[in-house]
This record gives sequence, C-alpha cells and structure tokens, in this order.
Amino acid sequence: MAEYVLELKGITKTFPGVKALDNVYFKLRPGEIHALMGENGAGKSTFIKVITGVHAPDEGEIYLNGEKVEFKSPNDAKKAGIAAIYQHVTCYPDLSVTENIFMGHEKVSKLTKRILWNDMHAEAERLLRELGATFSPKTQMGALSVAEQQIVEIAKALSMDAKIIIMDEPTAALSRNESEELYRIAERLRDRGASIIFISHRFEDMYRLASMVTVFRDSKYIGTWRVDEISNPDLIVAMVGREITQLFPKKEAKIGEELLRVEGLGRTGYFADVSFSLRRGEILGLTGLVGAGRTEVCQALFGVTGYDKGKIYFKGREWKVKSPLEAMKRGIGYLPEDRQKQGLVLQWSIGRNITLPSLEKYARRGLLRTASEAQTAKHLAEKVSVKAGSIFDLVSSLSGGNQQKVVFAKLLTADLDVLILDEPTKGVDVGAKSAIYEIISELACSGYGIIMVSSEMPEIIGMCDRVAVMREGRITAMLDRKDITQEAILQASMAGEPAPAEIR
Amino acid sequence: MEPRVLTSKKPLTLKGFFLQWEWMLVLLFIAVIVMNVNLSDYFWDYNNLRDATMSFLDKAFIVLPMVFIIILADIDISVGSIVALSSVIMADLYAHGVPMELALIVCLAVGTLCGYINGLLIVKFKELSSVIVTLSTMIIYRGIAYILLKDQSVGKFPKWFNYLGWGYVGSIPFILIAFAVFAVLFGILLHKTTFGRKVYAIGSNPTASRYSGVQVDRIKIIVFTLAGLMSAVTALFLTSRMGSTRPNIATGYELDVIAMVVLGGISTAGGKGRMIGAILAVFLIGYLRYGLGLINISAQTLLIVIGLLLIFAVSVPKLKWKGTGAKGKAV
Repeated sequence: MAEYVLELKGITKTFPGVKALDNVYFKLRPGEIHALMGENGAGKSTFIKVITGVHAPDEGEIYLNGEKVEFKSPNDAKKAGIAAIYQHVTCYPDLSVTENIFMGHEKVSKLTKRILWNDMHAEAERLLRELGATFSPKTQMGALSVAEQQIVEIAKALSMDAKIIIMDEPTAALSRNESEELYRIAERLRDRGASIIFISHRFEDMYRLASMVTVFRDSKYIGTWRVDEISNPDLIVAMVGREITQLFPKKEAKIGEELLRVEGLGRTGYFADVSFSLRRGEILGLTGLVGAGRTEVCQALFGVTGYDKGKIYFKGREWKVKSPLEAMKRGIGYLPEDRQKQGLVLQWSIGRNITLPSLEKYARRGLLRTASEAQTAKHLAEKVSVKAGSIFDLVSSLSGGNQQKVVFAKLLTADLDVLILDEPTKGVDVGAKSAIYEIISELACSGYGIIMVSSEMPEIIGMCDRVAVMREGRITAMLDRKDITQEAILQASMAGEPAPAEIR
Repeated sequence: MEPRVLTSKKPLTLKGFFLQWEWMLVLLFIAVIVMNVNLSDYFWDYNNLRDATMSFLDKAFIVLPMVFIIILADIDISVGSIVALSSVIMADLYAHGVPMELALIVCLAVGTLCGYINGLLIVKFKELSSVIVTLSTMIIYRGIAYILLKDQSVGKFPKWFNYLGWGYVGSIPFILIAFAVFAVLFGILLHKTTFGRKVYAIGSNPTASRYSGVQVDRIKIIVFTLAGLMSAVTALFLTSRMGSTRPNIATGYELDVIAMVVLGGISTAGGKGRMIGAILAVFLIGYLRYGLGLINISAQTLLIVIGLLLIFAVSVPKLKWKGTGAKGKAV
C-alpha cells in the first residue's frame, strides 16, 4: 500500500479573472483525520471541488494510492471512493432515508431490474446502527435534524464504500452535543480505515479530531504540520499573516452626532443581543465568519426581515422598521450582498437601475419625466465612475466591479444618512476594489454613517473606525481603530481555544 | 477617481427600431387582411368589418390588465369566471327589482372584489403560484354563479343598456371607442408612469425590486384588482350584446386573452413586452377568426391556426427581445 491514499501536487485552478488555487499541495495518509484550514476565500471550496471531480484542475496531478488519476466528472471521484459531506446537506427531503442513501446506486434485481426494497432497508439499517443512529431507515429525510441528516450522508458515503471522506464544515450548524456525536462517528470511520479531510473554522474541531493540519491562504498552499507540533498563535499567523499591500484611501472623516443605536437586537434562531451605535462620518465594520449572523442583522435593520427582541433608535428616536421602503424613507440604505439577485435588474440599462429606488423624484403625479431621470442617472453614474459608454448600456454587460458601482449609485439617489454595505467588494477585481474603497471613504467624509459588513480582513482593518466581530449570532468583540488587528479579529470570530475571554 | 463621461442620449439605430416584435405583428396583420380580402368578397365591407370588430372586442378589455399580470410573471385564469359571476349577479339583482343603474355598479364592484381577492391570496400565500390560486378562484367564482342562477338564463334588460354592446357614436361602435380609451389609459399606466416601471422591475427581479423599496405586494394586488375590474367591464359589454346572461358565459375567455397577450410579444417569463403588441394581437386574431369564418373554415381549424401562431410567437425570441422592455423606451 502506498504511503498516501491521496496526494495532490501543484494544483492550479483559474476562473475568469480569479486564481482560485495556486500551486497547492496536499497529502493524506490512510486512517488519518486531516484538518484543512484557512479564511473565507482561501480556496478550500475549490480544492474540494477538484478532489471530488467537480472542477478539473488547470495544472497539477492527483494521485490515488500512488497511482495518477484524472477525474472527468463527480462520478469518477465517487467510483474511486471519494465522498463529500457538506454543511448544508443536499438531500431529497420528501424521500425516505433509505432512498436518500441509495440514490443513484439502488440495489436492483439482476433479472427484472426491480428495486430490492427489503435489501436496501436492511442495508440502510445496518449502516445507521453502525454509526450509532437510532432512527428508522424508513423515516422521511425532511423530518430529521441537520445532525441526523449528516449521519445519513455519511451512511451514504459508506454504502458507496468511500475510503476518503471530506467533511466541509460539518459542525457549523450543530449544537455542542451533536458535534460530540459527529466526532465519535468520525473517529469510528478512521478506526475502520477511512481517511477524513475535515474542514472547519473551529479550532476546537481541529484539536479534538485531527492529527495533521494543512493551511491555505489566498489560494496558496502555506504548510502542513502535525497538530501537536504547531502552536495556536503560529497557526493564526499562518492563516492570516499576509502583509496588507493594498492601498486603502481612508480619509479622516469628521465624526458627528449619533445616527443609529441598536440595543439588544435579536431574532430567534439567527442572532441575539446585538448592540452598537453608529455616528455620522464613521465606518463601523461588522465582521466574523460567514454564517455568523452579520447579513441577518443588516436585513433586520433594513426591514427585509423582522426582529423579535431589542430596540433600534434612529437619530435618537425609537422606531420599528417594517419594510425596505420605510427604511429608505427614514434614511437607511442597504447595499445587498448578492448584487445580481438582490441589487440589480440585470436585463435593464444602467440608468433604469440607478433610478429605480427613487422613481417618484422624477415623476409628476405618477408620470415619469424621462429627461430629468436620464440626467440624474448620468450624473450619478459619472460620480461613481461606471465604465460604460452610455447610461443605456445593459448592466449585464458590465464587469462585477462596475455593476457594484451601479448599486452604489442607486444608494446615492435617495436622501440617506446611514448606509449598510454588505460585502461591498465581493467578487470584484483588485482595481475596482480600490475604486470602491475610494467611494466608501468619500461617502463617510460627506457625512454618511456607514456599516460595512466584510469577511475580508485587509479591508476591515484598512477602512473601519471601529469593528464589531460576530460569532454564532452574537457580537463577541468591539474593537477601536487602534486595537484592530488580524489576530484580535480572528480570535473573536472563532470558537474554541484559546478562549477569547479578555476580548469579551 | 478619473472623470468619465457617459452619454444620456438614447442610441437610435434603424435596425434596432425595425427589429421589434410589433413590426412582425403589423406584417402578420397586413397578411391576414390581404389573405381575407382575396378569399372572400364580403370581408372588405365597412358594415361587416364593424360588426366583426364589435363582436370580438368584449374580451379585449381583459387583455389590457392581463398584459400587466404577465409582465409581473404571474397569470390569472379566473377572469372568465369573474365575467360570469359579475354578469350573473347584475342580472339577478335586476330581475329582483334593483334598478339597472345600481346593478351595473354592483357588477363592477363584484369584479373588482374578485380581482382583489385573487391578489390578496397570491400575496399572502407566496408558496402558491398564481396559476394555482386563480385556478381555485376560477372554479369558486363560476360555482357561485351557478348557485345563484342554477342553469337558467336571465335577460330583458332596459333599452339603454343595449347601447353598450350595440350602440354607435356617429358611425363608430361605442365599444370600440370605449376600448380605445381604456387602451390609451392602460398604455400610459404601463409605459409612462412610475407604477408601470415598477411592474417591469418586479417581473424582471422581484427580490432586487423589494430591496430597492418597491412595494411588490401592493403593486401585485392593484394589478390583479384591475384585472377583476376589467373583467366586469367585459361582463357589461358581453351581457349587453347577448341581451341575457347565464352562468356559463365567457367560458374559455381566459385562454383567448392569454393567447392574445403572448402573441403580442409579452413574455411569460416576466419583465418584457409592450401594450401595443397585445392590442395588435387582439385585432390580428379577431380579423383572422372573422375572415376564416366567412369562408366557412370550422372553429376547430381556427384553433389550430391560432395555436400555430402562438408557437411562432414564442419561438422567435431573437426578434421579440429587441426593444421589448429590455432596452425599453426612455432610460
């Protein structure tokens, strides 16, 4: 038997405009639990997709048990014994557990091709018991908890005789007890000889389970260590330790009166006990891992979703936000995270998109005055310097960065005081990024209070006056400009060792 | 930031102007006229054309709000039932001694209420599609009409009421003038107002519309209510023309109306299409039916012809896309 069940050498994968993986290495021994760590966007997801055959790498080689392989489709990887279990289980909620386990490789009679239900149920039962589950294989999938659904996914992997199991943030949606159960299952799989690649943001998971850890950063391979040989601070440095080379054109804005104050805001199941205040001219960062509840807080402030606890004060007066329209009328604007789905009407021209939030301004008794509309659109598109020839160009023809500028221009049409920017530079190339930072900085100087949600540490550190770090729906740290460091943010955003007690 | 100048002048190209679906409809319309004139000597006769127009225009009133509904990427198949219900209630009230003027107002109110209920249900039960909601109300509204009138017909309306369906202003049918007025109003509402712009926005991307402060639910309710109101208007003209009503009138109107809207270049995917296209389609289908009827082509064959036209309409998306909403008028 080869020393490594799986070995990846020099994997590079480029998507249009982005290098998602840049010369990456990975080695997995038989019967090993190997943690893969890195920030959001470090390239972990693409890496999994390469291993599972979803993406073919542009360069590099994959060896399975010492033999070179090439996966042309996810099916090839499945046949080779590689299975992945995701945080959000992809299942058929209306079908039974048995059907979910055997989907795509049902046991059928050789002669008549009849589905052998009894065999399948019995086999499913055996797999579930082996994993310590107590529910029946005839249960409907949708009736199970997330943790139980993950067990089904694992059973599915076993039914296909998977030798390499990838778990992508499996504990993110689990409670402590459920996580503990998952640890035990993972150990049982390891003892049976399976190898596990465990991806998680929790240090706790890594210390509890893994014997090896590999770190990716900015799509690059940083290193592989034995878990008991690397100290926690060293690991953090490995994960974030880049120098900030980008230029952040932050200008010192005049900080004015308080615009927004949030006290004990909560929405059951999403976030709790969120308190902060925002002043004129200030940029407040809101960071934390994806799924920490940042977007949910913003959407509650903007009236997209509700909240059931706490109070929001706007310019000193308490108010309940019920709809985005109301929020905008009062003076709060939101730049949504997904600009293609939430921010823009892609089939429309630049001009039409820009004026959509404030149509009434260019109308008399409901009748549109197209001349004044076109003028405003032109003025604002130029203000944020959208690169296009005409305001009649379709936004779908623009690059990501220019589309984002159009969404910024939309915000500028209304008379707003507070801007909530949700991942303003997501999916935007470096050049357009600094243009967007410039816009943000200028907006702060002209008197807006800005909340900037971001997963990207450099821009949080480069742009914000204060930073609130969220973890699992709560604010775990509120850092002033002088205290904002990558280490402080990372410690507050990740659970487990070392306990961020002093930050709290 | 480097200064950058964008033009706000509408690019106008001859090719773009003529590559619009509406021109295809105009060509088809001319083809239908030419064909009919050649096939029958009776077609090109003012009186005949006028009578034909009067007979197919009743359902055209529903086409106008249906354009809005389909641009919203929704559908309303209860309109035929609303016609029947509002007509039956009006006739029943009159038969029980209520003055016709009042019964007429009640008819409009019933239609409006039915449309409002549709809109409310669609907005409240987001998991149900508008097809399902209006399929249910289609059955319910028609069912109520049957309960009220059993299977009888009611008529003998006052003389003035006949004017709606049979009257003339000079030598122009009153129904044509009424339709022209409504068509202009709905055209302005769709193309020249903030309301119309928001309808297009919702049809293209409801989520982005909501994030842009568009009151999606409110606009949907208003549009469906308008469809109810216009169905009642159709009920008035149809009842007047027939001189009596029964619970099974206007059966299948919803499909005729939707066919006209789709042929008019309004995409069922939402966000695309123009009022003028649907109006052209009304007359195109109307004269096609009339002409082929003159030369004794059966109604069944007619259906096949209209079906083929529809397939043609939805399979020429390249032509259809140009200028219909995507680039749109103004900005």
